[in-house]
Amino acid sequence: MILENKKEEVIRVEGVSFAYERVPALVNINLSVHRGDFLAIVGPNGSGKTTLLKIMVGLLKPGQGRVWLFQQPLEDFNQWYRIGYIQQKATNFDQIFPISVAEVIAASLNSISRPQKPGRGQVRQKILEALRTVGLENEAGKSMNSLSGGQQQRVLIARALATEPEILLLDEPTTGVDYPSQENFYDLLGQLNRQKHLTIVLVTHDYGIVNRHINRVACLNQKLFYHGEHAEFCQSDSFRELLQGGHHLISHRH
Amino acid sequence: MSGDLIFSSLFLRALLAGGCLALACGLLGVFLVLRRDAMISHGLSHVAFAGVALGLALNLMPVVFSVVISLAGSLLILRLKEQARLPGDTAIALLSSGGLALAVFLMSIKKDFGAELMAYLFGDILAIGPSEVYLAVGLAVVVSAGIFLNLSRFIFMTFDREAASVSGIGLKGLDRLLVMMSAVTIVLGLRIVGLLLVTGLTVIPAAAALQLARNFRQALLLSSLFSLLSILGGIVLAYVLNLPASAAIIFLALFIFILGFLFKRLKGQQTM
Repeated sequence: MILENKKEEVIRVEGVSFAYERVPALVNINLSVHRGDFLAIVGPNGSGKTTLLKIMVGLLKPGQGRVWLFQQPLEDFNQWYRIGYIQQKATNFDQIFPISVAEVIAASLNSISRPQKPGRGQVRQKILEALRTVGLENEAGKSMNSLSGGQQQRVLIARALATEPEILLLDEPTTGVDYPSQENFYDLLGQLNRQKHLTIVLVTHDYGIVNRHINRVACLNQKLFYHGEHAEFCQSDSFRELLQGGHHLISHRH
Repeated sequence: MSGDLIFSSLFLRALLAGGCLALACGLLGVFLVLRRDAMISHGLSHVAFAGVALGLALNLMPVVFSVVISLAGSLLILRLKEQARLPGDTAIALLSSGGLALAVFLMSIKKDFGAELMAYLFGDILAIGPSEVYLAVGLAVVVSAGIFLNLSRFIFMTFDREAASVSGIGLKGLDRLLVMMSAVTIVLGLRIVGLLLVTGLTVIPAAAALQLARNFRQALLLSSLFSLLSILGGIVLAYVLNLPASAAIIFLALFIFILGFLFKRLKGQQTM
């Protein structure tokens, strides 16, 4: 725990509340992410997971509270190349969209301003490198809509990795992807976290499939019910409630 | 084709201005169609038409006046979309009916420019003057440069707006650039194919290109090519067969779209 405290805090959420048209979605959330963490934000549908993630990357402004990225207030933060983000249903793009795998990655790589902008030859190299990491180096020229859902998801990871972010935030990244591909996908995330020390924040309602890889958990249902070490989480009341389908954590609003 | 046709400066002017317009429409069209903003050109054309009517009524240069009004209109559409929480097509409908109402009103109180205004309703490419050719060349340069200098950002934003937003690229500025380039293009399109057909010119070649393109580079290339073929071919057809140029241009564009559509269907069946 002493070591833990020395790690750099890369995301800090302080007293954040948010409401959609007066319907509260998040109430007084305090949460911090440290370098090297693999944090899973779990909770039932409608628990505010996506809202919290969107607030962390500045897509939504909190009604109350503040967010810091790399110790800078989010309002002043401009080093977005350090953040990779993959939203929910990212693979639900327009199927008529004519774009190759390499173009998907190049568009982001060339757009994002960073201290050292890669030259033209480097761009090509970085694209192939990122595709190699996700095991798709032979698909660079293929059209995005000719790939399977699982492959498309990997391309989006490659896109995020190509800009060499320090934190990767993902929102239910495997919705609509078959189970074996999901497992491969989370294995890949685990590998990136362990080998490349990439900090990962993952929103998911499927705790079971990620629990081998994560080291921190945040249990959310409008309020934060648990936030801490994964190992301790497994001993906690929140975990028992999660397993037993307790209404705080599991209740589905269908 | 007779010798005097080739050397006719009117005809050459039409081809040059038409070619430049084609390039601008072809490039912009791909983005407008993929952003589901195809009807923006419809709305802008009506605003531009009101601008022409206002210019004629005030005895100012109608094309220049129309450019100014359309630029303002394009920014207004964006604002309405962002701030009034209106769906994009509703914002466009507000502006296009308002624009047309203004044009009709002006025509009713100042009856002397009705015939001139009609030229903008149906377009009149063979009546293009040298100054409009310069405008067309300038437009093609500005739109091509605007798109190619920001190509990666435009592609990123069109493909995945949320991720592009998080990456810190200024989406609002890019949105404005795109609608402003569209606005200027539409004014020139109004002169060449007219209010009734200008939406077709920005949408049909891009829609045809999307039937066939496997990547974005191909989409831009094919859309520009189809747009050029439609306009240049349409002008020649109109001249040779004595047809209205605007109708010939749109027919040709639709014909290319149908060919593209059939080609895709046929290919789809073969691979099944």
